[in-house]
Parts: sequence; C-alpha cells; structure tokens
Amino acid sequence: MLAKRIVPCLDVKDGKVVKGVQFKNHQIVGDIVPLAARYAEEGADELVFYDITASAHNRVIDKSWIRRVAEQIDIPFCVAGGISSIEQAREKLAFGADKISINSPALTDPSLIERLQDEFGRQCIVIGIDSYYDAASDSYKVKQFTGDAAATRDTQWFTQDWVQEVQQRGCGEIVLNVMNQDGVRQGYDLKQLSIVRELCDVPLIASGGAGTMAHFKDVFEIAKVDAALAASVFHQGIIDIQELKRYLRSQHIAIRY
Amino acid sequence: MSQHANSTVIIDTGCANLSSVRYAFERLSKDVVVSDDHRVIKGATRVVLPGVGTAGAAMASLNNKQLVALIQSLDQPVLGICLGMQMMTEKSTERGERDSSDRTVAEKSACECLGLIPTSITDLDSQGLPLPHMGWNQISPSSHPLFNGIPEDSYLYFVHSYKAPLSEFTIATCEYGERFSAAIAKDNFMGVQFHPEKSAEVGSRILSNFLAMNTQTFNQPLNQTSWQLDRESRA
Repeated sequence: MLAKRIVPCLDVKDGKVVKGVQFKNHQIVGDIVPLAARYAEEGADELVFYDITASAHNRVIDKSWIRRVAEQIDIPFCVAGGISSIEQAREKLAFGADKISINSPALTDPSLIERLQDEFGRQCIVIGIDSYYDAASDSYKVKQFTGDAAATRDTQWFTQDWVQEVQQRGCGEIVLNVMNQDGVRQGYDLKQLSIVRELCDVPLIASGGAGTMAHFKDVFEIAKVDAALAASVFHQGIIDIQELKRYLRSQHIAIRY
Repeated sequence: MSQHANSTVIIDTGCANLSSVRYAFERLSKDVVVSDDHRVIKGATRVVLPGVGTAGAAMASLNNKQLVALIQSLDQPVLGICLGMQMMTEKSTERGERDSSDRTVAEKSACECLGLIPTSITDLDSQGLPLPHMGWNQISPSSHPLFNGIPEDSYLYFVHSYKAPLSEFTIATCEYGERFSAAIAKDNFMGVQFHPEKSAEVGSRILSNFLAMNTQTFNQPLNQTSWQLDRESRA
C-alpha cells in the first residue's frame, strides 16, 4: 500500500540551514548534509529544502549544496525557492534534486508550469500554494511573495481555482501551505485541505499548523492528503519522527517503516 | 580504451538527470562511469540505463546517439531504472511531450522502444487515486537475484504514471489502483519501475545485488524460465 509521507522542511540560506535543529541528544546547526542525513536516518520519507536566499534577492547563488545532499542522501528531496526559469530548474535537477517546487513565479507567469513540464516531465514539478482564509469574502485566497513580509501581496486567485489551474498546466504535485495555521501549531486546516483534496488529482502535501502527532493522523485520515510537511515541530524536537511513525502505524495509517 | 575488470557503466542518455543514479552507485562501488561511448559501454561488466522524462524524448536521444543497436547487443547484466525500464520494452503509449511539432502523431501512435523485454508500457489505471503514483509503496519480489534478501512488502520509492502490466516477465509486483510490474526481466536485461537510488537501505541492497552480477550470472542454463512470485504462488 502506498505509504503516507512525512516530510520535514528545512530553510536554507547561503548553503546553510538557518535555524538550529534539535534531535534527541544534540543540536545540529548549520551544515545541511548531516542534518539531512539525520532526518533520513530517523525515517523521513522525503525532504524539502526551502532556499530563502534565492527568493528575495536576484543574485547568482552557489547551489553546490544540492549536489552534496544528493551525493549522500538516499531518499528523495525537493528544492523550493527562487526558481523562475527553465535554466534555474535545470541547474537544481542537474545537481541531483528530485523535484523542484515553484510558488510565486508561477503566479507571475503561469505558463512557466507548462514549460517546466514539457522540459522535465510533470513528476518533478511541484507547485507550492500559500493559501489563507479571507474572512471578508468567506473564501480561500492565494498570497504571493510570502518569503518576504514586506513584499507579500494578495493575488486575484481563489485557492480552488488556482489548484485547478496548476493541474491543468501540468504540475505533478501540490503543496498547500495554509497560512492562518502556519507556526501556530493548532493543527492542519482540515476543512480547507479536504476541499482542495476533492479538486486535486495529483498528490497533495499538507503544510502549516502541525503541533502534535494527532494532527498528522487527522490530516491523513480526514483530509486524505498524501504527505504532511512540517518544520518547527521536527527542528525543535517537539515531535520525533520515529515516534511519530510508530504512533501513526498504531493508528492504522499506512506508513513506511 | 581500458577495459575495467569490474566496471559499472551508466549510459549517458543525454536527457535524463543522471546525478542521483550515479551518486547511489558511487556510494557502493569505486568503479562507476557515466558514458555514451560505445566501446566503454560494450566493455562494461554491467550497464545501467537510467531515465527520467518521457519515453519519446528518451528514445529520440538514444537514437541520436546511435545507442539503440548497441544496447540491444549487450550480453552483460543491464538494469533499466524507471523510464529506463520502460524503454526496455517493445513500445510505450507515453507520448514524447517535448516532441511538440509532432504531438498529434505521437499521441496516436505508441513510442517504439528497445524491444529487449517483450511487453508494452500502458497507462497506470489508478482507479481514481492521485497520479502520478508518487511515494513509497510495497513490492512483492520474486526469487530473481536482483531481489536477494529483499523481504516481501519492502517499501520502494515510485514516481510514474505508466506501467508495465503483469506478464511472464514480471519479477516483482506492486499495487496502486491495479497490480502492475514493479520490475521485469528477460535474460540479462532487467528493469525496475521504482527508484532504487532513492529508496534508502532497501534500494541500496537492490543496487548491491545488481553490482554482484556479471556476464556469467545469466549465461548458465536456468532451471526455471520465470521467477517465482511468492504472493501469487501462495494465493
């Protein structure tokens, strides 16, 4: 049976992991490779590296850290952040990234999705969507440029419409990051994720809000997502991946062990 | 051209992202070469045919590099990975997406493949489950030497939307909406639909099994013509 995936997300800046990560016995700060190896060893099914260097600046950045990860890590990983052209995507994939995730640039130019799909195949094209609940219109809407608080802006897209648009254009997977929940650790937005799941024929990754092991169970069971992404609960040692997977198995969720 | 005593040559197909496959073999062996040189490939102890992208684009690339006849002539163990496996079959219904000028034609006719294993690639019928089939899924391996020491229900990493159906050439199965070939083989040619290079320890074990093979492995007369699948035989 296809296993539900547990996906830690790491913020990378200038080739280093930005926030410290707390494992059971010690803390690793900085080096990407030992950190990634540690998560892989603990049972992470996939890793996402969110390159925050790239998103706010437009300079040429050394991406050789992607190669170092690919050389040593034997689980799939995705690189997100700052990919707005075929060439930038090619560079990441050539270094060994299995997937690339596009967010703001796809909103600026949706045709980028088709061009990436034609060039590399849909299996490696992930679309990240930052969605929030807009109380005024009682609807879900998409935000752009969330990597930089000053640049963040609302778009004209309703989340459901954008989810359908990116699938038609050929993405292979969607990460739905629900912003109202992000960092609050009150649980994934099950209602919104369930709505999107209904519209989503490609694999769906939930992001934003994980605080307890039960939140993971709920998002798999109720929202029926394929994967759950989280950052702080793993980095701060609040949830141990091995324990999480044991717990989910005991709750009869299909989990790789 | 030096002939390596125990070399593994990964064919440079020209359009695939080879890095991950190369790194995975390099973690296990010191003698790994990526090449499209005919003599290097011909002289290898074993050959890997990687592949990401679409069957049409990948076959076009092999044709451009005049590698088709060469691959067909190989008698050492050859391992196709993912699209590489699909290319080992006779044909694929996957259209070459990069072939935009010829798209309508490509959609109607199947893509001719290498014809090393007599089966064909068709759409995976996921019965409404999300596609691509992406993530870790369990396999039911046969007694084929590629799966030495691989337990029933081991998890491997898959990413695909097309499949080799079950056939006499199936050496491992997987299920996603329907049961399909997780791996196929004929003589010295074998292919896996999953990505062993991305499948942690289990994948590494499968690659090690392949690294233990050489021309002799499949040249001895075999008592069996097909590899027994445990699950099917129990059922």
